[in-house]
Amino acid sequence: MIADFFFVLFAVMAIGGAISMVLARNPVASLLYLVVAFFALSGTFVLLDAHFIAAVNLIVYAGAIMVLFLFVIMLLNLGRSEKVDLRGPLNRIVAITVAGAFFALLFVALSAGSQTEMAGGMGQATVDAMLQSRGAVGVVADPMFRSYLVPFEITSLLLLAAIVGAIVLARRRAP
Amino acid sequence: MKQAYVGVAILFLVGLLTSGMFLLLSHLASAYRPTKVKAMPYESGINPLGDTRERYSVKFYIVAMLFIVFDIETIFFIPWAVIFRDLGLFGLIEMFIFIFVLGVGLAYAWKKGALEWD
Repeated sequence: MIADFFFVLFAVMAIGGAISMVLARNPVASLLYLVVAFFALSGTFVLLDAHFIAAVNLIVYAGAIMVLFLFVIMLLNLGRSEKVDLRGPLNRIVAITVAGAFFALLFVALSAGSQTEMAGGMGQATVDAMLQSRGAVGVVADPMFRSYLVPFEITSLLLLAAIVGAIVLARRRAP
Repeated sequence: MKQAYVGVAILFLVGLLTSGMFLLLSHLASAYRPTKVKAMPYESGINPLGDTRERYSVKFYIVAMLFIVFDIETIFFIPWAVIFRDLGLFGLIEMFIFIFVLGVGLAYAWKKGALEWD
């Protein structure tokens, strides 16, 4: 009952934050709305008993990556002239098509699988028992370092690509 | 488990209330009489040079990006440390592979001079 109330609260916050982010004229305001959306998503993760993911989402996304976005906004020097360059009729058609296709895909994917399947077929009691015995971090850590070892190692390659990409892009001399 | 978040919610509400009270009280207590000089941005007493939207050096971006990457690396250490005893040598080796790949990235950044400011 309380969980339902908080789910609706966080859902409204997340969607409202996302819409405000797109509609805000000031890029820094967009960024702050995105932080609101991330905060609401963390709340949703808590409701799903994904406590570690909720904390990491706040620390890494709402904290560190938002600061990176702020850096990028300052580098781009936005806000001086509010040029509207994506408002042509063709762009609008493309945008509506892409958004519609994505929505349809989500709708099909979500209506195909029932809720129990998405939760791995576990009931609330099983989840609570697992959290009790292994802790909020251990529940994530166990599959991550055993069953999903290869994706974990590939993550390091992804991070390596991020380092190399940032350096190559930023150290390039202007022609 | 979720009962533990009552404290988080209380902290959040107190934070919201405190900042809201600051805004409300300063709004109620202050007299608002702007003049042109008062509305000017304060720049250590001299007249402002240019506006605040100055472009920043791209060096900040490299520092921020490197910070993010190693911040994410640290996040992976937390679950690893929690079950380190259960994993034993296996866990040690897999984390060394992970660190090695990122160490290559750090060596590359160092070699390219990305850690230097000038």
